[in-house]
This record gives sequence, structure tokens and C-alpha cells, in this order.
Amino acid sequence: MAAVLSARLVVERDGFLLDVSIEAAAGEVVALLGPNGAGKTTALRALAGLVRLSRGEIVLDGEAIHEHPAERRSVGMVFQDYLLFPHLSALDNVAFGPRCQGTPKARARDQARDWLERVGLGAHLHARPRELSGGQAQRVALARALAVRPRLLLLDEPLAALDAHTRLEVRAGLRRHLEDFGGATVLVTHDPLDAMVLADRLVVVENGAIVQQGSPAEVARQPRTDYVARLVGLNLYRGVAAGHRVTIAGALTLSAAEELSGPVFVAFPPSAVALFRTRPDGTPRNTWAATIAGVERHGDQFRVSLDGPLSVSADVTAAAVADLGLLPAQEVWVAVKATETHAYPA
Amino acid sequence: MRGRTPWGLAVPAVAGMAFLVLPLAGLLVRAPWPTLLVRLAEPRVVEALRLSLLTATAATALCLVLGVPLAWLLARAAFPGRGLVRALVTVPLVLPPVVGGVALLLVFGRNGLAGRWFAGVFSLPFTTAGVVVAEAFVAMPFLVISVEGTLRAADLRYEEAAATLGASRWTVFRRVTLPLVAPGVTAGAVLCWARALGEFGATITFAGNFPGTTQTMPLAVYLALENDPDAAIVLSLVLLAVCVAVLAALRDRWIRA
Repeated sequence: MAAVLSARLVVERDGFLLDVSIEAAAGEVVALLGPNGAGKTTALRALAGLVRLSRGEIVLDGEAIHEHPAERRSVGMVFQDYLLFPHLSALDNVAFGPRCQGTPKARARDQARDWLERVGLGAHLHARPRELSGGQAQRVALARALAVRPRLLLLDEPLAALDAHTRLEVRAGLRRHLEDFGGATVLVTHDPLDAMVLADRLVVVENGAIVQQGSPAEVARQPRTDYVARLVGLNLYRGVAAGHRVTIAGALTLSAAEELSGPVFVAFPPSAVALFRTRPDGTPRNTWAATIAGVERHGDQFRVSLDGPLSVSADVTAAAVADLGLLPAQEVWVAVKATETHAYPA
Repeated sequence: MRGRTPWGLAVPAVAGMAFLVLPLAGLLVRAPWPTLLVRLAEPRVVEALRLSLLTATAATALCLVLGVPLAWLLARAAFPGRGLVRALVTVPLVLPPVVGGVALLLVFGRNGLAGRWFAGVFSLPFTTAGVVVAEAFVAMPFLVISVEGTLRAADLRYEEAAATLGASRWTVFRRVTLPLVAPGVTAGAVLCWARALGEFGATITFAGNFPGTTQTMPLAVYLALENDPDAAIVLSLVLLAVCVAVLAALRDRWIRA
């Protein structure tokens, strides 16, 4: 697939440096995922033309557009809190873009009506933004951005302003509309679920730089930073492999399922960790003594954080908590199944 | 529970209120109620009222055309000396209006700095247009300050959203910025109109006091006080009624704040 969008974005501001390269093909949805303050939104605003590049370039459909002002870029943007014009009806909000492109008023309104019907808001054409629910406002904002027929669609935390229930519905709807959209999409989120469901490719940004990219499945299986590991719920360490043995500097040696050599990441889920009062018999591999740092409810399980040679999270059942009498500062034995301990090149 | 109000504050507060309210009450008490309607219909009163409404409205229109862009510039554009320009714009607020009138004469008068250039074509002093200029000079700061404040408080991100939809700067201003700050513009225009309606010093200095052309309500009140005090009271009542109406219109915006 030819890249619709090919950009290197460098923005220097107040001691913060953003330097990322983003490519997106026709029909592809790329999610920028990262913690708050990582520079994701700045990257999006640079693509839209709302922030000037310090260096770099933005090529959209073979044309360098980074010198163009926002109004001359073929870009549609959905803002985090939608920014629907409060003095205009839903219809006129959506017709605003086509009107600016020179479409006569009646035609622009016809197009706007089509878009609103397509996002399921045919019954709310004349509602003012304040009369719309969060989910409806989100869909009007999407229709407004798509109505300018952009080659690049930008979504800034498109679901962040919604409550959990609405979010579920809107996420499914948004996914459908993104599949129908022929251009490239870049969306920004700090919610791994949004990213996994909506995106074809994840780009993880931390401190203004890309730390990992790949398909959602790859990123979820093989995280490369602590931030990503926490998002996808894995224990992650760096070590040096020799065969199945991975030595984690200054700590201990683990047995992994894969056979590798050289620097590696090693990861295992909290559910692969078992806790014992005394040193377990049998397999001596991946066993060490640790101290309980804290216990928290986690769904129908309990998540135990452990200090020791490695900081580890373990998921155990309520029964196990009762049997073991797990309390902070207590000593326990930790065992991790080697078959669920995965190593991959760093 | 609120504490009791100390006497040291309650007494001067009541005195202050009386000081503000009693003169207005006096106006109502001394008004020639039985002959009020007849007097209101007198040609002199009707003429002054018509002229006042006309010139105050024209002055407000002039202030809107010049003042809204000026407010935008002060709120949005970064240019050297912006602080100085803002200070200069507010000078007419504190300048004695008579001084304003003298200054206008020096510039737009027959031998004035600018007046000289178009002396043969038309002349502003002592004309109805001159009244409008004098009123606009004194009233414009009210509009500029109100609109600038609203522009500063407005959310710039709406303008960014409009830009991503392909709107040029002018379209953004016309279709997004202006509607968003409309309440501030309205409030500023009403204040500006009220100030123009009451303008006396600059008007009489720059435009004189000719019935029918430059004699507005405040001028008529002052003149009537010499020979017909009852007429002065009637004219004053009309101005008072207009002011109360303006305050009522701006109730939500100014009094509850």
C-alpha cells in the first residue's frame, strides 16, 4: 500500500522536544498511544497545521503540506471535547466545512444531512450542541470532520469525554465509520482498549519519541517499555539470554519458553505467578523469596505487588489470599511457570 | 449564620444609598405629572428626543464599525506598543468631555489639523454629524473594553476547529468569533449608546447648541433649567426612564455579577 501520509514531525517548545515519524496508508488507522504529556496531541496538532513544525515535513498524497495553513490542508479533525460551534445547529455545524470550500448553502446542507443520517443522527438535525448527549455530540463532530472529505482524519482522544457505557457503543460505531473511510486516520489515545479496537497499527510515544510500534497484537504480546507493559498487564524485564536461561542483571536467572542469545526482554502475565508460604517442592526453576508490598482487588481476583530481587505483580484468587493470609511485609515464595515466561529480542 | 452588620458600616452604607437614590426620588416628586403628556408632546422636546436617539444610534454604529476591529486587534494581535494603544483607547473614559470637545475642534475644526484638508467639501463642527463624532469619541472606550474582555475570555479552540474545516481568517471571524462574542458586543453597544445619549460636554463644545441640528436632550435640559424648570424636569425624566430601561436590559450581565 502506498502511504497517504508520510510525516516527520519535530516540534521544540519550552524545553520539550517532539520528534516522531508517522506513516499511514489509505484506509489504515494508526493510533498514537502514550501517557499524558508524551506529545501525542502536539503531533496531531502539527499534522492539522495548528502547531508549526520546528523541523521535518508532512507529505499528504505526494504533496508537501507542512507550509500550508490549517485551512488549506485536506485534513479533518475531531477534537477531544468536540468543539461543536454552540451557536449553530448540528446541521449547520456539519455544513460549515463544505460551505467554507465554496459549496452553495443548499447543497452544503444536503450533504450535511446525508452525513448526519449516516452517523444515525437524522432525527437531531436542528438540535443545538448543548441539547445533544455526549455520544451524539461525538458523532456530529465525526460527521463534521468527514464532511470536508479529508484525505487525513485526525481524532484526538475521541472517546475520552464519554462515560463507560456510551463509550462502548460509540467505539463500535466509530470503528465502522473508520472502516468506511478511504483516507488515512491518525488517532490519539491513552486508553489501550481504544487503541486495540480501533487501530490497525499502534505507535507508542513516550517523552516525545516513538518507543515501540507494531500491530496491536504484537505490542500487546511483546511490550518494550514499562509503560506499555503496564497497559497490557504484563510483568516486563530486560536481561541477557543464553539458551532458555535469561539473566536479569543484579537479580536472578529465569527460564523462558524461547531459546535466544544476547539482550532480550522477558515478560509474563500476573496470572502465571503462584505464591506459597514455604519454598515449593518439585520444579526449582523461576522460584524466589519475596516480600508483599500491597494487595488490591482486581476484577474478581486480587493483585499482589511483590518486592524482592524482581518487582512483580501476581494475580491470585480470594481463596488464596485467605489461605496464605497475605498481608503487607509478609515473606512468601514466588513461582513463575517457565512455559508462560516469554523472551524476545531487545 | 451571617454575623451582625457593625454600626460603623451600616450607617454610612444607608447614607450612601440615600445619597444616590434621593435626587432621583426628588425628580419624581417634583415632576409636573398633570401636564406631563402635554409637555412631552412639545415640539422642542420631541425634536431634542428625536435628535438624541438618532445621534446616539449613529454614534453607536460608528463605534461598532471602528471599535470591534480595534478590540479584536487589542485582544488577538501581538504588536509593539499594544499596552500604550490600550491605554490611549481608554483615555476618553477619564478625560473631561469638554477637553475632548476642544481637542476635536483643534483637529476637525475649520482651521484644524484635519479639518483644513476638507474645508471646502464639508465641515463637522456645529453640525448633526459633529454631534455623532463627539458622542462616538466619548463612548467608544465602553464598547472597546467590553468587546476586548469578551474576546479574551472566548475559547480560541473554536477558531482552530473552524480553521481545520477550511475557514479563512475572515470567515472564522465572521462566522465563529463574532457570534461567540455577540453577548459582549451587545452589552458594549448598549453601554456605548447610553453614554452617547447622555453626552454633554464634548457635544456643546464641538457641535454647539442649535435646536433641531445639535441640541440633544442633555443640552435641552441644561438650557431649559434657565427659563422653564418644569420642562427641564420632564426632559430629565425621559432620560432617567431610558437609563432604567438600559439597566434592566443588562440586568443579567452587570447587576447580578
